[in-house]
Amino acid sequence: MPPEPAYDALIIGAGPAGIGAALALKSRGIHNIALLERETDAGGTPRHCGHPPFGLREFRRLLTGPAYAKRLARAAFDANIPLLPRHSVLALHPGGTLDLATPEGPRTLTARRVLIATGAREAPRAARLIGGERPLGVLNTGALQAYCYLEHKAPPFTRPVVVGTELVSLSALLTLRRHGIHPVAVLESGPTPVAPWPLSLFPRLLGLPVHRNAALASINGFPRVTSVTLQNGSELACDGVLLTGRFTPESTLARMSHLALSTATKGPAIDQYGRTSDPAFFAAGNQLRAIETAGWCFFEGRRIGEFMADDLQGGLPAPGDELTLTPGEGIAYVVPQRLARVSPLRATLQLRLTEPALGQLHVRAGDTVLLRRPLISAPERRVLLELDDLRPPPGTQHLTIEVAQ
Amino acid sequence: MFDIAVVGAGVVGCAVARRFALMGARVVLLEQGPDILSGASKGNSAILHTGFDAPPGSLELACMRAGRAEYLEIRERLGLPLLETGAIVAAWSDDEQAKLPAIAAQAHANGVTDVTLLDRAALLARIPTLSPHIKAGLLVPGEHLIDPWSAPLAYVLQALAVGATVHRRTQVTAARFDGACWQLDTTTGPFRATTLINAAGLFGDHLEALALGEASFTIHPRKGQFVVFDKAATKLLATILLPVPLERTKGIVLTPTIFGNLLVGPTADEQDSRTNAGTDHQSLQALIARAHALIPALEHMPVTALYAGIRPATERKEYRLRHEPARHYIGLNGIRSTGLTAALGLAQHAASLYQTPHTPIATPPWPQAPKLAEHLPRDHHQPGYGEIICHCELVTRREIEAALTGPLPATDLGGLKRRTRATMGRCQGFYCQAHLATLTAGRLDPPLETPHAP
Ligand SMILES: Cc1cc2nc3c(=O)[nH]c(=O)nc-3n(C[C@H](O)[C@H](O)[C@H](O)COP(=O)(O)OP(=O)(O)OC[C@H]3O[C@@H](n4cnc5c(N)ncnc54)[C@H](O)[C@@H]3O)c2cc1C
Ligand SMILES: Cc1cc2nc3c(=O)[nH]c(=O)nc-3n(C[C@H](O)[C@H](O)[C@H](O)COP(=O)(O)OP(=O)(O)OC[C@H]3O[C@@H](n4cnc5c(N)ncnc54)[C@H](O)[C@@H]3O)c2cc1C
Repeated sequence: MPPEPAYDALIIGAGPAGIGAALALKSRGIHNIALLERETDAGGTPRHCGHPPFGLREFRRLLTGPAYAKRLARAAFDANIPLLPRHSVLALHPGGTLDLATPEGPRTLTARRVLIATGAREAPRAARLIGGERPLGVLNTGALQAYCYLEHKAPPFTRPVVVGTELVSLSALLTLRRHGIHPVAVLESGPTPVAPWPLSLFPRLLGLPVHRNAALASINGFPRVTSVTLQNGSELACDGVLLTGRFTPESTLARMSHLALSTATKGPAIDQYGRTSDPAFFAAGNQLRAIETAGWCFFEGRRIGEFMADDLQGGLPAPGDELTLTPGEGIAYVVPQRLARVSPLRATLQLRLTEPALGQLHVRAGDTVLLRRPLISAPERRVLLELDDLRPPPGTQHLTIEVAQ
Repeated sequence: MFDIAVVGAGVVGCAVARRFALMGARVVLLEQGPDILSGASKGNSAILHTGFDAPPGSLELACMRAGRAEYLEIRERLGLPLLETGAIVAAWSDDEQAKLPAIAAQAHANGVTDVTLLDRAALLARIPTLSPHIKAGLLVPGEHLIDPWSAPLAYVLQALAVGATVHRRTQVTAARFDGACWQLDTTTGPFRATTLINAAGLFGDHLEALALGEASFTIHPRKGQFVVFDKAATKLLATILLPVPLERTKGIVLTPTIFGNLLVGPTADEQDSRTNAGTDHQSLQALIARAHALIPALEHMPVTALYAGIRPATERKEYRLRHEPARHYIGLNGIRSTGLTAALGLAQHAASLYQTPHTPIATPPWPQAPKLAEHLPRDHHQPGYGEIICHCELVTRREIEAALTGPLPATDLGGLKRRTRATMGRCQGFYCQAHLATLTAGRLDPPLETPHAP
C-alpha cells in the first residue's frame, strides 16, 4: 500500500481530552487534523455515564454524561474536525506513524504530531488477583453503565455486592438504584471509605451495609455467582460482583510501543508540554494518570493541544535538555515526569499522595530543598504545585517531590 | 443407531469422533457441558510437546509422537496455527544442572534427537531478559505452541462435516451392553451404539463404573492455576521456559501463548472437586513471584487474566487405557497432562483396536478453525468486518456472528470466548460486555443480561 499523505496532527481517542485538543489545534489554524476513534460515536467514557455532574466548566451547565458527550461531539463537528469512527489504532511507530484497523481494511496513517488520549478504565477482577471460579456477573462500573445507558439492558445480576468506595462507586450505586437493583452490601478493603465525607455517607443513606476491612478473597459459583468469600473467611450470598474504581490508564498503545512509561502512573511519561519520550507523540487526559473528571481532562486536552500547535509552529523548546521528576516519600505519582529546562519552567505539577498528610511538600535537588509548600491533603484529592518560580541550580538533573512531616 | 458413541467432548473425545467419522463409522459425540471443552480441556498450557521427557517405551510417548505428527500434517488444511517457539529446560541450581545430561539422554532415547545443552552465556545471549541466576539449560527446538480450543473445535467440525452427530448438554446417566450393542440413557433421551468409547476425562472412572460395573482406576483431580500477563510481556520472552521436571508434574512453566500473551503456571493442587477450577490469591501471588524471579523485567507488567484447569490424574502416572473387545468398550482415560498433544494419536490408537470395517470418507471436507493466533492474519485484517467489538483482543462483529452460527455454535459465554477470545483481554469486558449482551441476545444460556428487566 502506498503511504497516505501525512496529517499535521492525529488524535487517538475522541473523548473529552481528545476533543479538547482537537478544538485547540483547530482554533490555532491547524486544519489538517483528524480524530481517530475506535467506537462508532465520539464522546468517550461519558457516553455511558447516565448521571451528572458533567459540563459545568466547559458548557456552564449541569449535564449527564451522554448529553455532555453529545455536546462534545457536536463541538468537534461544528468546528469541522474530521472524525474517523471505528478506527482502532493498533500500534505506534517512531516519528508519528500509526497502524490501524478499520472496517474497510488495515490503514497506516502518519502525522507530524500525534496525541494519545485513550482514557482510563477500572481494574478488572484478574488484575486485582481475586480468586475463585469464573462465573458470569462480575462487572466493572464502566460495563454496568454500558449495559444500562448504551444498550438499555439489565446486567446479569440482581443482588450484587459492590466492591470499593471511591467516588465512582457512588455512580455505581445510583445506576443500580435507578434500575431497581438492590446490592447486598458495599465492601471496602481499607479501614475507612475512600470517597470524601459527606459523600461517603451515601451507601448508608440507601440503607446498605458497608463492610470495612473487607477485602474480597474469592468469587464462588458457576455458571453464576452464588457468593463471595472475604479474606477474613466470612461468606456473603449474592448473585454478582460489581468491581468499582482502581482506575488504570488504558495505555496499551504506549506500553506496546517504543514510548517510555511511568511506573507510578502506568501511563506515558510526559514533559510540561505533554510531550512523550518521542517528541512526535503527546498524551493527555486520563491516559496520563487515573483518574480525573471529564472537565479536567477536557481542559488538559485543550492545554496540550495548544502546546502541539506551538510545536507545529516552531514555538516549543527542542526536547533533550531536561530535568526528571521522581515521586519520593508519601507521593504516589507526579505528572509531568520530565521538565524541559526553560525559564520560567511554565509547569504545574499534579500529584497524588499515598496516604493522608499534614505537613510540607518539598521539591528537592540532591540534599537541597528548593521549594517548600504547606500541605493538608489525602490520596483521593488532587494536589497541584506550581513551579514557575523554581530556579533549579545549574547542573541539576533530578528533582524529587516528597512529603515532609 | 450409531456405530460409535463417544462420551465426552474434551480434546480426546473430539479427536476420536473425527477419526472414526473419517473411517466411515456413524458417530455420536455426547457431552454433558454446554459446549465441547467443558472439562479438563478448558484450561491448559497449550504446548504441543515433543515427548522428550515422557516415559520411554510408554503408550503415552507413542500417542504423543503420533498425535504431534498428525497435528503437523493436518493443521494447515484445518487452518490451525503453530508457533515454533522451542523450549528451554532451565536449570537454576547446581542440582538441576546436574540432571540435564540425563534429560538429554532420555530425549534422544525418545526419538527427540535435536536437543542441545546450552551454557549460561549461550542462554543469556538467546534470552537477554532471563535472570542472571540461570545456570544452564537444555534447548528442545520441537516444543511448540498451538491454539488449545480451535484445534479440538476443528476436529469436531470435520467430524460433523462427514456426518457425525454432536449432542451437548447431554449427560450419560446409564449404559447397558446387551451383547451386541450399547443402550445409553442420557438427560436428553436414549442413544444406541455398537461400540462405546469412554473419553469422559475427569469423570472417566464414573462412566467406566456405569458401563462396566466397576472402575479400574480412580480420578484424583489435580488443579493447575495460571496467571496471564499483558500482551506487552511477549516482547520479553519468545521461548517456552520449562523447569527441570519433578516427579509429580511438569512443574511451573513460563511461556508465550499463541494469542500473544505470556503465561505462568500451572500449580499442582490435589482437590476433591472435579469441577471447581477456582484460583486462590496466594497461589496466584506465588506464580507471579516465580515469573518475576525468572524474568525480572516482568516486575511492572500488568496481569490480564487468571484461570485454572483440572488434570484427570489417577492413582498412577500412566494413561489408563482399557479395551474390552467382548463388550465393545474402549476407555481412554487418565490423560493427565499431555492430552492436547496426544489426542490425535489416542484416536489412532483407538481406531487400531476397532475391528469393524467401514468405507472411509474418500475426500473429506476441511472446515476452517477460527483464526485467533496473534502472529498470523486475523479477521480484522479482512475488510467488511463491521466493527470491532472486543477492543483488547480485536474481535470483530463478523467473528462473533460466525461463532453464534454454523454447525456447532457457541451456546454459552465460555464457548463464545474460546471461539473468538471476546472479553479475554486486559479489560475483561469493561468496554465490550454490554455490547456483547446485545449481539448475543437469545443465543446464550445463561444469557449475558437479566432477561426481564425489573
Ligand atoms: C463509571 C464512571 C463514572 C464517571 N463519572 C463521572 C462524573 O460523574 N463526572 C465526571 O466529570 N467524570 C466522570 N467520570 C470520568 C470521565 O469519564 C473521564 O474523566 C473522562 O471521560 C476522561 O476523558 P478522556 O478523554 O481522557 O478519556 P475517555 O473519555 O475514556 O476517552 C477515550 C477515548 O479513546 C478511545 N480509544 C481508546 N483506545 C483507542 C484506540 N486504540 N484507538 C482509537 N480510539 C481509542 C475510546 O474509545 C474513547 O472514546 C466517570 C468515569 C467512569 C468510568
Ligand atoms: C493445568 C494443565 C496444563 C496442561 N498442559 C498441557 C499442555 O501444555 N500440553 C498438552 O498436550 N496437554 C496439557 N494438559 C493436558 C490436557 O489438557 C488433558 O490431557 C486433556 O485436556 C484431557 O482431555 P480429555 O478429553 O481426556 O478430558 P476432558 O477434557 O475432561 O473431557 C471429558 C469430557 O467428558 C465430559 N463428560 C464426562 N462425563 C460425562 C458423561 N457422563 N456424559 C457426558 N459427558 C461427560 C466432560 O464434561 C468433559 O467435557 C494440561 C492439563 C492441565 C489441567
